[in-house]
Amino acid sequence: MSIKGATHQDLAHDSAAKHVTGRAEYTDDIPEPGGTLHAYLGLSEVAHGRIVEMDLSEVLAAPGVVGVLTADDIPGANDISPTGLGDDPVFPEDSVEFHGQPLFAVVAESREAARRAATLAQVEIAPLAHVLDPVGAIEAGYPDVTAPLKLERGDVAGGLADSAHRIKGRMAIGGQDHMYLEGHIAFAMPGEDDDVVVYSSTQHPSEAQHMVAHVLGVPSHSVVVNVRRMGGGFGGKETQMNLFAAVAALAAKKWNRPVKIRPDRDQDMIATGKRHDFVADYEVGFDGEGRIEAVEGFFAARCGFSADLSGPVTDRALFHADNAYFYPHVRLRSRPMKTNTVSNTAFRGFGGPQGVIVAERMIEEIAYALGRDPLEIRKANFYRPGGDVTPYHQQVEDNILERIVGELEESSQYQARRQAIRDDNVRNGIIRRGIALTPVKFGISFTATWYNQAGALVHVYSDGSIMLNHGGTEMGQGLNIKVAQVVAEAFQVDIERVKITRTTTEKVPNTSATAASSGSDLNGMAALDACEQIKARLVDFACENRGIAADEVAFLPGRVKLGADEIGFDDFIRQAYMARVQLSAAGFYKTPKIHWDRAKGQGRPFYYFAYGAACSEVSVDTLTGEYRVDRVEILHDVGRSLNPAVDRGQVEGGFIQGMGWLTSEELWWDDDGRLRTHAPSTYKIPLASDRPRIFNVALAEWSQNAERTIKRSKAVGEPPFMLGISVFEAISMAVASVAGYRECPRLDAPATPERVLMAIERLKRER
Amino acid sequence: MAMVRQEIRFLLNDDEMHLCEVGAGDTLLDFLRIGQRLTGTKEGCAEGDCGACTVLVGRLTGGGLRYEPVNACIRFLASLDGCHVVTVEHLRGADGGLHPVQRAMVEHHGSQCGFCTPGIVMALYALWMETPRPSETEVEIALQGNLCRCTGYAPIVRAALAAADHGGPDGDILVTERERVTAALTGLRDGARVEVARDGQRAILPADVDDFAAVYASEPEATVVAGATDVGLWVTKFLRDIGPAILIGHLDGLQQIEECEDALTIGAGVSYSQAEKVLLDTFPHLREYWHRIAGWQVRNMGTIGGNIANGSPIGDLPPVLIALGARVVLRHGAARRDLPLEAFFLDYGKQDRAPGEFVESVVVPRPQPGVLHGAWKISKRRDEDISSVAAGFAVTVAQGAITDARIAFGGMAGVPKRAKAAEAMLIGAPFAGESFVRAAQTLPQDFAPLSDWRASADYRMRVAQNLFQRFWAVHGDTGQAELQRVEA
Ligand SMILES: Cc1cc2nc3c(=O)[nH]c(=O)nc-3n(C[C@H](O)[C@H](O)[C@H](O)COP(=O)(O)OP(=O)(O)OC[C@H]3O[C@@H](n4cnc5c(N)ncnc54)[C@H](O)[C@@H]3O)c2cc1C
Ligand code: FES
Ligand code: FES
Repeated sequence: MSIKGATHQDLAHDSAAKHVTGRAEYTDDIPEPGGTLHAYLGLSEVAHGRIVEMDLSEVLAAPGVVGVLTADDIPGANDISPTGLGDDPVFPEDSVEFHGQPLFAVVAESREAARRAATLAQVEIAPLAHVLDPVGAIEAGYPDVTAPLKLERGDVAGGLADSAHRIKGRMAIGGQDHMYLEGHIAFAMPGEDDDVVVYSSTQHPSEAQHMVAHVLGVPSHSVVVNVRRMGGGFGGKETQMNLFAAVAALAAKKWNRPVKIRPDRDQDMIATGKRHDFVADYEVGFDGEGRIEAVEGFFAARCGFSADLSGPVTDRALFHADNAYFYPHVRLRSRPMKTNTVSNTAFRGFGGPQGVIVAERMIEEIAYALGRDPLEIRKANFYRPGGDVTPYHQQVEDNILERIVGELEESSQYQARRQAIRDDNVRNGIIRRGIALTPVKFGISFTATWYNQAGALVHVYSDGSIMLNHGGTEMGQGLNIKVAQVVAEAFQVDIERVKITRTTTEKVPNTSATAASSGSDLNGMAALDACEQIKARLVDFACENRGIAADEVAFLPGRVKLGADEIGFDDFIRQAYMARVQLSAAGFYKTPKIHWDRAKGQGRPFYYFAYGAACSEVSVDTLTGEYRVDRVEILHDVGRSLNPAVDRGQVEGGFIQGMGWLTSEELWWDDDGRLRTHAPSTYKIPLASDRPRIFNVALAEWSQNAERTIKRSKAVGEPPFMLGISVFEAISMAVASVAGYRECPRLDAPATPERVLMAIERLKRER
Repeated sequence: MAMVRQEIRFLLNDDEMHLCEVGAGDTLLDFLRIGQRLTGTKEGCAEGDCGACTVLVGRLTGGGLRYEPVNACIRFLASLDGCHVVTVEHLRGADGGLHPVQRAMVEHHGSQCGFCTPGIVMALYALWMETPRPSETEVEIALQGNLCRCTGYAPIVRAALAAADHGGPDGDILVTERERVTAALTGLRDGARVEVARDGQRAILPADVDDFAAVYASEPEATVVAGATDVGLWVTKFLRDIGPAILIGHLDGLQQIEECEDALTIGAGVSYSQAEKVLLDTFPHLREYWHRIAGWQVRNMGTIGGNIANGSPIGDLPPVLIALGARVVLRHGAARRDLPLEAFFLDYGKQDRAPGEFVESVVVPRPQPGVLHGAWKISKRRDEDISSVAAGFAVTVAQGAITDARIAFGGMAGVPKRAKAAEAMLIGAPFAGESFVRAAQTLPQDFAPLSDWRASADYRMRVAQNLFQRFWAVHGDTGQAELQRVEA
């Protein structure tokens, strides 16, 4: 007999039954107390300019309006910059820095009244010149929003000079909107003294708490932030909720009434940050076998008007500009450029994907230049003993890519299929096909070392039921069920005994964002620590009470072995309670081994790496540039999975999201700096019919984490996102076929049908 | 004048609703979430694109009680008069527990964050009722109106394929309660005109088509609302007041399809879904095209007449209907006139339609022997996207020569428009690849497309020209010339 819901088992999401019945509660579903007011934002209609006058009299006079909030109404700091740079006002005071910047909020009796009133503002702005893209920003002498990074190893100039072949290129990589199905929302309830309780759809309740306190000018202990679940986050709710939490709290305190703010989808997409677009310049030197000798890379990012998380995002782009490959000589530099666009933020992969795709572009360049299969070039450059140091001087100790890629190459019959596709394409048909097998290696840990800590709170009640709370947030990734599995296993009770509760700053303080794929690594360990503390007390109690040795006590499924006796878990807990054993513990965890010296560009920023590979096949219509993803095979490494069903879901979903980033998801600004793709009608994420018909996803079951992570599992949230690059490269191959594969098509991302057709036409012309 | 009733009446799950204070622009979604606290139905976009708000609406039509998934976010509350609205809260299994579709979704890990899930469950519920054992293609088509950002859809499709393993529709509540609901809805019918209002925003539901003609003639400034898949967005996104609004979605008289010997006459109120079978049987070349128009929910709501009357340069039906030689029938009061469809589109934002005049039907001649057809839609995302370019081709070939050609494009000008120079170039030319290449080269004479977020002018022109090559490849050449939907 074993317990229900131990680790390494396939378990449904803990809220699955609530999801399918519509009974799962999201922030907007919380019953509103009488007197609840609704706030709505008024946005700038100019990309850059000086505020001459903001006349809100008509807004105030509109039906149902209770009042407005501007910079003048902020009792504390007018700043919600997550990194303390002071560059992120709630509402600007003298100048606007992007089209769509929130200028004020209107508060009314109903959301509809607030929405209508917000359109009535008369704002006079004296326009200034604006810059929208990072290259333009460099040319215009715009500043970096935060300090650039340089990673360097070896002698790049020498390495390039000595290389038999050199290629220089530029790649533009588009951004991405999170398009979480549940948009931003915050709901604030005023309390006595300085107190306020905020329900916020956030991945980072502690930060929302600190920001609200900062803006209200009160200590953090006055602010409670709660979140039961989000309808998706993907990084978009790591800092971007600060604005909404702050506005709701400001209004709630000002009018002493509950206040909710929920932007519509257009505002959500216009006024909140996205994945960074990059323009990358690369030069790669290599030998006749395609072995890389030296790499020079320059990554300019569209950061938007403020830093937000652009520092760590652009850092991570550099950390992943090697993807899986050893660069003997390397120099990578970032420029986190200020632009007059919304401030970009975290998004699954956090800059990593933009680095990885440039590594893969260089591989493609080499392959086309030498007339080889890109996979051959990949394999020739994998990290391996003797060539295992990254550009940031961390040694890659746990590399399993050779095995992963080897197994996938076999199971997907890559070689035979590639040959068949090439044979097919020779027939000069209108429909061309392509196939690509690309790997990913992704570093796990926050590069901000102090973020790698977590807390949990576990109570065992005297009836033997268990309450679990931890600092992580649930956004669909299955974190709660995984951590609950850890707890169930620790106490050897069925998982139904473990109640998962909402994340709240009242129970676990000073938490980190649920981000960087770290949720279960950190919170699972913290919860386990709490369980171990309680178990140690229980063992002590048993030893004292029964006069037995500690090794005679064992937690068995649903019961406890006490020397020769066995009693039910609930009975045992009852006895412990009667004997006044403390049955509650706060657990804590910090990731070992990691350190990072940013100034030197050296250290061990990552505790370990997660690996994976995907093989994608596509068909491309060379008359229209449209395409279809026909088949995908994935082999992904999650160590010893805590919950393979949940992890497979992350791999499938991450892959499709990555594919969307590189195919149909295009952010498009007009010359005035106005984002014109700001709702699902204009911004196209993948649909069910875009997913490959043949879609085989396997976890590398033999893998276990070389480090002592929770149950030897690995993080899974972000790494599979980058497997979508295989689709991009397969499209590239189909395009290259029109010119006999003699030239790298140099597709920019996203590869919309338009970009694909234009590349085809270009290659045909140059043929 | 007919009798006027000043309340709307409908069934919401098990309850009968009588509402008097209903404004023209009030949406079903707000009514459910705010008014009734039925919060299982979600708002993801409020523009009909994400499906998080999917509910079923049952209505008595010629064939009895029919349920269809629709988007509650852009469905006007007043339009539900006489309908049965079914939300996710109504679903249950035979044992009172989870419904078979819900069970399959749980079993196959079809939800992650869960926010899209109620809407997906409702779309799959509707599919399961119609087609308990769907093909993968049918599942994909049923889910074209539902976005999920988390799962990548694979588990949802698996769930859809397996739903019937947990039970078929026979014991389902909408089947077992069918008679009761039919009786209840029949009881709500009184043949009256309905007029309700809130804050002066009037919604008028005419009693029948003649009543519509009369009301509109007397209130020509009113907004006509058919499926509301355009007008709904004016309200939810642009906060426009649409009152007084004349709602015509319930008018059976506008939903007739007459199959005459030489033509089909399609009522303006026929939805895409209602038209599908007859239209695709008559014009098989539209099959691939058809399932690239919007998603299932929007196809259930949006009408043929609305797609024409809105005058959009990027509507998908006008180009293919113009190529087929369709005529549009307009009516004002009792007076009717008809004109070639292309003549209806005068200029960007301007149609040949007088105040108080409405589109009553469109007449599409049946295909003639010797005519070769083509219909293509180009968009950034394959399904449920607005066209960058849409094209309809009808080319008549006799003894190796082209004797007639009608070619029309959408997305290439301020109106859907014929490619006159290309047509002229083709007529009389040999039926050969070279003729199509030369015809394509004339396109800049008739078209100067715009650049926007959907596509650049260059791409639009290039793709439009390439479609001539496509036409030749499909009809003249051999070999795989198109990327079609996988049928299975
Ligand atoms: C998510 C989504 C996806 C879409 N995808 C597509 C697509 O792929 N292709 C496409 O072409 N369209 C698409 N549309 C647009 C829309 O579905 C169509 O234009 C639809 O056919 C409009 O019909 P309706 O009945 O909903 O019109 P309504 O919104 O009710 O009305 C549209 C306009 O026509 C007028 N009108 C309607 N009926 C009449 C009449 N009988 N006489 C006079 N005036 C009338 C109205 O007053 C209004 O001005 C999409 C819309 C949405 C929301
Ligand atoms: S809320 Fe997105 S379709 Fe209705
Ligand atoms: S489960 Fe999150 S959007 Fe579908």
